[in-house]
Amino acid sequence: MGADFVQFSLVPILIGIFASVACALPGNFLILRRQALIGDAISHVVLPGIIVAFLITGTVAAIPMMLGAAGAAVVAVVLIEAVKRLGGIEPGAAMGVIFTTLFAGGVLLLEQSDTSKVHLDVEHALMGNLESLIWFRTTGWESVLDPVALASIPHELPRMAAVCVLIIALVLTFWRWLKIATFDEGFAQALGIPAGALGFGLVITAAVAAVAAFDAVGSIIVIAMFICPPAAARLMTNQLATQVWWSVGFAILSAVLGYVFAGYGPLWFGSQNAVSAAGMIATVSGIILGLACLYGPHRSRVGVGREETA
Amino acid sequence: MNSFLDALLLNAGYNAALVAIGAGLLGFAAGSSGTFLFLRKRALVSDATAHATLPGVGIAFIIMVSMGYDGRNLIGLLLGSAVTAAIGLVIIEWIARRTRLAEDAAIGAVLGTFFGLGIVLLTIIQTMSSGRQAGLEGFLLGSTAGMLFQDAVVIAIGGSLAVFATWLMRRPMTLVAFDAEYAAAMGYNVRRIDLLMMGLVMAVTVIGLKLVGLILIVAMLIIPPVTARFWTDRSGRVVWIAGVVGGASGYMGAALSASASAMPTGPIIVLMAAAIFLFSLIFAPVRGVAAAVIRHHRFQRRVHRRQGLLSLSREEPIREKFTLRLLERDGLIRPDGVPTDKGRAQAAKVSRDERRWDVAREVHQDAGLTGRYDGLTPIEEVFTSDEIQEFDRRLGPPVAVGGLA
Amino acid sequence: MTRVAATIAAQDGRAISPAAAASDCPLTLQGITVSYGEKPAVFSVDAAFPANAMTAIIGPNGAGKSTMLKAALGVIPRLSGEVSVFGVPIEQARDRIAYVPQRASVDWDFPTTVIDVVQMGLYRKVGLIGRLSGAMTAQAKECLDRVGMADFAHRQIGQLSGGQQQRVFLARALAQDADLYLLDEPFAGVDAATERAIIDVLKLLKSNGKAVVAVHHDLSTVRDYFDHVFLINVRRVAEGPVETTFTTENLNATYGGRLGATHMAELEGVAS
Repeated sequence: MGADFVQFSLVPILIGIFASVACALPGNFLILRRQALIGDAISHVVLPGIIVAFLITGTVAAIPMMLGAAGAAVVAVVLIEAVKRLGGIEPGAAMGVIFTTLFAGGVLLLEQSDTSKVHLDVEHALMGNLESLIWFRTTGWESVLDPVALASIPHELPRMAAVCVLIIALVLTFWRWLKIATFDEGFAQALGIPAGALGFGLVITAAVAAVAAFDAVGSIIVIAMFICPPAAARLMTNQLATQVWWSVGFAILSAVLGYVFAGYGPLWFGSQNAVSAAGMIATVSGIILGLACLYGPHRSRVGVGREETA
Repeated sequence: MNSFLDALLLNAGYNAALVAIGAGLLGFAAGSSGTFLFLRKRALVSDATAHATLPGVGIAFIIMVSMGYDGRNLIGLLLGSAVTAAIGLVIIEWIARRTRLAEDAAIGAVLGTFFGLGIVLLTIIQTMSSGRQAGLEGFLLGSTAGMLFQDAVVIAIGGSLAVFATWLMRRPMTLVAFDAEYAAAMGYNVRRIDLLMMGLVMAVTVIGLKLVGLILIVAMLIIPPVTARFWTDRSGRVVWIAGVVGGASGYMGAALSASASAMPTGPIIVLMAAAIFLFSLIFAPVRGVAAAVIRHHRFQRRVHRRQGLLSLSREEPIREKFTLRLLERDGLIRPDGVPTDKGRAQAAKVSRDERRWDVAREVHQDAGLTGRYDGLTPIEEVFTSDEIQEFDRRLGPPVAVGGLA
Repeated sequence: MTRVAATIAAQDGRAISPAAAASDCPLTLQGITVSYGEKPAVFSVDAAFPANAMTAIIGPNGAGKSTMLKAALGVIPRLSGEVSVFGVPIEQARDRIAYVPQRASVDWDFPTTVIDVVQMGLYRKVGLIGRLSGAMTAQAKECLDRVGMADFAHRQIGQLSGGQQQRVFLARALAQDADLYLLDEPFAGVDAATERAIIDVLKLLKSNGKAVVAVHHDLSTVRDYFDHVFLINVRRVAEGPVETTFTTENLNATYGGRLGATHMAELEGVAS
């Protein structure tokens, strides 16, 4: 836990934690609303978004890319909704049509444009580059309080932290609305709560989390974190607030364990090379969910079959 | 363009021709077998299946290399991918059945976890000495560039087998997809047919891996059925139309991709299918958006006009602005809201039909006829002219609206 | 001119009396049309639900009873029509309406407890981030007590029976402390004890001057429970006090002969 840790591991672990928590929070509501796969759709359309942003601006700067990705996410959500309503197509199929088409368009654009000069490729978008986020100018733990050293910290960290804080704030602010509109949309509307706008806002929030996370950790982690920690949390409790806490805990645990296994696991097996941290974080989250499915105290349905027995 | 034509006519080389035929067959099999998933409202199960193939590809490579074989053997890789895809499917089913989580959460969880594990394995392979040129990344997005002859043969044969299996299974699968309970009542084993359906989808996924890649194979299973749904309401036909849409996009996409550089096969095939989808979404005769929009507007105007005339006939004020605008545009009321002669005449007709309905509902107290008293169905559509004459006889002479007798 | 119009109106039997549309009327609907696709589910319905009364909305399956209620509340979009609550547009009167949706419309596996659901009725009052005061929690508890569910406050909602679920929904509506109560099939699939408990609460509301409107499907209890009926089958058939409006003739017009002769005889028996 010395200077090496601070230089090589502290920043990736923190980014992994912020990204996981930012995705897991909206994931809780997406799962309860049976919209879990919106996260999957969003994470696929991030790629075309950044490619279009790159083609328009010609740079690989972070801000235009994030705007492009966010724009693509909004376009995808609107298109999915349009196909669903206009075509009368069930949500899963509508998602499948839209995100694969946009993704295909993104790959085609990528092949057609000359992006070989820049660091922009499909694998990066899928896998992220968590391991490469090294804090060069650190000398150890004391750098955490050193403004000069802090100035050189990878910019992904403050960005991801800001998005994470924003999402926490949004969830806290709209907690009651989210809860009631998720449980009983009709009643929420009768109360005058804009349930439709709220649902759209939730998806946009998820998109923001996905976009912020993909640059650092790639799309896989995004899909896994939207679903695995909240799903595992659902099996631990019957209280929404407690469930959200569990999901945050599982997200942090996945990020830390995943990073450690990816970085140090191969060493334990005598290999010199680390494996993909993003992939490992997703794997760990899946294992946690698997354990929750097997042993979670509230893993089975209780309400079923008791409908008319009073 | 010429090279595209060449490719279309299978003149662009032996490999390209095989790939195009294989893609066409695969597209047909994907479209028709995807239909069953779509009709069962489980379209995105295929997404999880596809992503769950990745760890299998990695494991198969590692095993083949460690046993001293060439890790790139396509059949070996596809077998490995089928194994993990099947495990993924079993886990989805288990989570959805045994825990309180819904199927969509199970799909997403399997998808994310297996894909993550696959990426981990790929990074391990990249560091293996024999893995440097493994080219397994090609399974993510598909690549036909540099495809071996025997790979093309595998795709062509696999595509043919998938089409044959779909044809063989079409009746029980259509039955289950359309009405599972009825199928069960007829003695079919729904669970087994569901499994076969998933097996077929898995086979299509695995065969398509090398061609379009695991992210986009999903499109070949989902887009053609959704497209076909716009053109027909009959499930039997959906299967074949979806097959044709899938086959056409597969064949043309592969041909186009072979004829030009920087045209990756997978995305081109998907975009072909998407173009057909978009056309269908907008222009399909009954279920298309254009038809629906026109119909909705016509219907809304009909409702408002009818309600406006009802209000006129009762001399009640009309409050809604849209109704007022509509009536004014049709010359039924003046800008100040007073009905014109034409308006009075039509209101009188509406009022008369209402009273005819009153009589009709007294005379015919059976649900089938009076159930159509919904305000819009013209009485002439429900009753014969002599029946209506009888209503009129009971009603007496017509009464004008607005004082003009 | 007016005479002719009046004649037509009388023949239609559809004119709204001026008093009913007055500003103190709890719920007035004018020309409500809702359609699913090309078929109107509710066509041009006018209605005025009176204060100090319990009104049953009655009609066959698929007659648009629930649809009308939901359209009035803005839960589903309407093709045309206007809604006013106590004489003002509904948006300005949300605080005065309590709503009990159909029990089957929500996922009872949602991770929450009984008291939590009841407190949802207070959400308009406390706003987005306002604190739920001790008094409000006490109020929610008291509402649970009124439906006989005080001991179940911290039970997970998935563990409730159908009747208990319905009582919780009613308690939530009570927590809204409204002047107009709209209930969608409150007696559907509940046990006899729950039905009695619910009707007692509703009758108490009425005697406190509240307006209660319920979608109802059990014709045999209409006379016992309600004092006003609204008969609908896509279009309005009749509306008025039970004694004068809940007649064989009107029921036949509503159900179009779908009520069997035995059923009618049974109803006549209840009537006498």
